[in-house]
Amino acid sequence: MKAAIIVFPGSNCDRDMQVAIRAASGQEPIMVWHKDTELPQLDLIAVPGGFSYGDYLRSGAIAAHSPIMKEVAERAAMGVPVLGICNGFQILTETGLLPGALMRNAGLKYICRDVWLKVEQTHSIFTRGYDKGQIIRVPIAHHDGNYFCDDVTVNRLEDQNRIAFRYCESDGSVSDDANPNGSRHNIAGILNRRKNILGMMPHPERLISSTLGGSDGKAMFDSAVTALTS
Amino acid sequence: MRVKIHVTLKTGVLDPQGKAVQHALGALGFTGITDIRQGKFIEMELSETNDVVAHKTVTNMCEKLLANTVIENYEIEIS
Repeated sequence: MKAAIIVFPGSNCDRDMQVAIRAASGQEPIMVWHKDTELPQLDLIAVPGGFSYGDYLRSGAIAAHSPIMKEVAERAAMGVPVLGICNGFQILTETGLLPGALMRNAGLKYICRDVWLKVEQTHSIFTRGYDKGQIIRVPIAHHDGNYFCDDVTVNRLEDQNRIAFRYCESDGSVSDDANPNGSRHNIAGILNRRKNILGMMPHPERLISSTLGGSDGKAMFDSAVTALTS
Repeated sequence: MRVKIHVTLKTGVLDPQGKAVQHALGALGFTGITDIRQGKFIEMELSETNDVVAHKTVTNMCEKLLANTVIENYEIEIS
């Protein structure tokens, strides 16, 4: 399986992503600098977390116009799976590959802690390793994770089963108290209509082994590798 | 020519920063503030001399990069 990780100035989860993909696939992902304009034949593209361009203007806004993103959008349109985590999710919304926007956290503070997520959608290569309704624990680390979109869009996401993960309590109940950042409908991650693009604020790539404090993120990478190599 | 651009959150989009600033001003004893919206102000110098052309160009800049029209409105002022 051939995977590429896009690296921007200010990316800081690119190597976590590299470790996670390497561990799941047994193969070395290629690291692609944002100024590159072409990608080789690929099975998976990952847009990692970080603070691309120092979050200037808006989180992800400048990275979204990096030369490589045009190529990423073209591959995504061809059906190549794209995984955007944290700043990667912000970049994917800024490019228009996913709807909505990630605004400043409702509490205004940068939040770095583990949260509980409810798996809402298992019909994608990234989520099929989980059970529908499964509760997982994954860390968040962001200042701008407050998912916003208009009523029409949020209803469309609900109706088309495109909400992949929701913030919840440890027992799975979806409540305002379990919502760390003010996201609409407790949304932590969404899919595009074709379900080959996943954007999420939490960091599954940071939780792939018990030595890292947990392995709830591992199933995402394992299931993607299984789907792409079988 | 000089162009000034104001980028503000759309009506209906919660502005937690504006709310925090409003609370802080209230704590300082400034009363009577019924609403605060915080935004961005961008100023640029253009070599273009035609107002209509400049307005069109800057509108394009706002749509493509300076504002995120999912959550933000923009106003362009040319002087």
